[in-house]
Amino acid sequence: MAIHNQEMLLNMGPQHPSTHGVIRFVVKSDGEVMSEAIPDVGYLHRSIEKIGEICDYNGFMPYTDRADYLSAMNANQGYAMVVEKLLKLEIPRRAEYLRVIAAEFNRIISHILALGALAMDVGAATPFVHALKEREKVNDLMEALCGQRLTYNYVRIGGVSYDMPPGFTERSLAFLDNFEPLMDEFDRLVGENKIFIERCANVGTISRQDAIAYNLVGPNLRASGVDFDLRRDMPYSVYPELKFQVQVGRGERGSVGDSYDRFIVRVREIMQSMKILRQCFAQIPEGEVLGDIPKTMKVPKGEAYVRTESSRGDMGYYLISDGTDHAFRLRIRTGSFTSMSIIPKISQGMMIADLITLIASLDVVAPEIDR
Amino acid sequence: MEALATYLHENHLYKAPLWVSQALVQFGVASFVLLIFVSPFAGILSFLERRIAARMQARIGPNRVGPQGILQFLADGIKSLLKEDLIPTDADKALFVLAPYLVFLGMFTSFVALPFSSKLIVADLNVGILYIFATTSFAVVGLVMAGWGSSSKWAMLGGMRSAAQVISYEIPAGIAAVTVILLAGSLSMQQIIRSQGPHPWQWFIFDNPFTLVAFFILFISLIAEGNRAPFDLPEAESELVSGYNTEYSGMRFVFFFFAEWANLYVMGAIMTTLFLGGWQIPGSLEKLAAGVAPWFPQLIQLLVFQIKTLVLVFLVIQLRWTVPRVRMDQLMNMCWKYMVPIGFACVVGVAGWMILYPQGVAKMRYLLTAMAGAIIVYYFYRVYFNFKASRAELKLNPFV
Repeated sequence: MAIHNQEMLLNMGPQHPSTHGVIRFVVKSDGEVMSEAIPDVGYLHRSIEKIGEICDYNGFMPYTDRADYLSAMNANQGYAMVVEKLLKLEIPRRAEYLRVIAAEFNRIISHILALGALAMDVGAATPFVHALKEREKVNDLMEALCGQRLTYNYVRIGGVSYDMPPGFTERSLAFLDNFEPLMDEFDRLVGENKIFIERCANVGTISRQDAIAYNLVGPNLRASGVDFDLRRDMPYSVYPELKFQVQVGRGERGSVGDSYDRFIVRVREIMQSMKILRQCFAQIPEGEVLGDIPKTMKVPKGEAYVRTESSRGDMGYYLISDGTDHAFRLRIRTGSFTSMSIIPKISQGMMIADLITLIASLDVVAPEIDR
Repeated sequence: MEALATYLHENHLYKAPLWVSQALVQFGVASFVLLIFVSPFAGILSFLERRIAARMQARIGPNRVGPQGILQFLADGIKSLLKEDLIPTDADKALFVLAPYLVFLGMFTSFVALPFSSKLIVADLNVGILYIFATTSFAVVGLVMAGWGSSSKWAMLGGMRSAAQVISYEIPAGIAAVTVILLAGSLSMQQIIRSQGPHPWQWFIFDNPFTLVAFFILFISLIAEGNRAPFDLPEAESELVSGYNTEYSGMRFVFFFFAEWANLYVMGAIMTTLFLGGWQIPGSLEKLAAGVAPWFPQLIQLLVFQIKTLVLVFLVIQLRWTVPRVRMDQLMNMCWKYMVPIGFACVVGVAGWMILYPQGVAKMRYLLTAMAGAIIVYYFYRVYFNFKASRAELKLNPFV
């Protein structure tokens, strides 16, 4: 009888339950231990960048929601900012504050979903449901703000679409008061769990050098010990006026840059976002929310690049205008795409269960990879 | 039964001898009775688990079919029965078809030796506990067959995991049971219960410190053997899609889950029998009950047994929806590096204890019982504390 001892080629995805959308990994494995996992992206490619060259400037705004549906506000903001940069447009201060409020709320729900998904992928289903429950409350707030629950389309070029509804501040502060102890409890229940720590600590460790070399961004980069946050280091909008600390992975349970660090950095960023929100509600000035913007917008010739700190990190919009009412070229740079690039390197010699933890801890969102 | 066998022999199986028809009829009737007897256990546990999970996850859970949704399992069963029975083209058909029945058989035949009360037992085998361990571990053959026969790589990984896991955890489970067998001096389930008493300090769990440790070893091993979270690696949903049952559909799929829930009950029943005094009730209560009706003590014993079992089952369900899943190497490490050596130490310890104190140490029994009581009180205090902290409304009725 012949003995077959070649490696097994496993097809993880595109319909695998924990690839978070349609991503495919070609896994070469020897039983539980795999030698390589090669990501195969492109299943969700919708040519959003190309659409941006056909739509007019205002018309493209809803598409930015779809680029990253879990933090649509951040994507909105970046696009509005790049067009405003070319137009050399000053936007009302109240609108800036509203953008930050919306963006930080969005960061909270994006992070909490990432934490819940990580917990689910290591096998605990309950935290995910409670994360979703809190997310629904923020969705209610966002619905009151702009009428949408997922793809907000709230930010306009030159401001935001609506002012806060009456009572929004009180509702938001009430939510934050309730959410703060809950988040603490979530951290204690999930983050202090022995099995969770065993599964996450020292798993998928990304060194500082690797994180910079592979261009990781956002919480993933900070978890590897790089103290870099666009909101502080290349400030935009009203972030210079707000006080917050940038959270960096310290390798509390394992080594710096492991999955547990990526978890705990996100937990702490939620806490910081809540701090930012409270300051915003205290400082927000009265006034207009949308400047005087022409219906058909002609952007002067030129090019611009804007970086914003989205939930998944550095989200860049590169825009070339040829002076007409639509872009000549639009390019979106997203964090999930670069996080995918490090997976083949980190996953060598890992167990299949650890690959799942790694993917979940990197918080990749499939539509953001492909656009 | 005789008439049915004769009818079968005369009209259909006239070429075969009469005993073939008789055996067929007897076999059929026995299977039917077993199915009818065991299904409610599995079904109601499935309902319980879904409701408890829903409560833990701030959901409502099934509440439409029957009063409070208690008949949901019947609706699900009928639905699954009507589903297409799919067999993958590449599958090893014989293995694929046979696997669910083996799993089912392994779990369900163990009900034969479960002592529900002092008289309510199908067969008080003199090798009772051995028989139960043997039949429940039979299920792993089915799981491996399902994993291999599906010709799916995910299913195969699940099957291989279950083989490694169940066989490994058999050993600490067996060792932990040996401590009780030493104390009782018998393998018979009824004899093991009879050598304990109705009061907590007379149970084997509090007999000496070694049996207390053995209790937890057996508890963890049985959870692992039953493939339940945090040891549900063979069907790890987020890793292996659905593990060994990935390719199954319809009634075959249900059989796997039937077996899982039946196993949950069997697990609780084994723990109750070995360590928690089984159906034992105080003699005075038994006399009092016998005054009402001759069958009344049996009913109380049955209730006591069920309550003890369900408390353990509830604990296992709560565990499942609380903790994450361990990794394969961690699972194996835990078994071979910790549980097996500690288990052996317990066996030696119990044997030494029996030599040193043939009558047992009453003070130690009271001390351990008091400790356990303190832990339970602390548990409820923490529940109360967290409840106050969450500022939620208190609802004691679970069916609201």
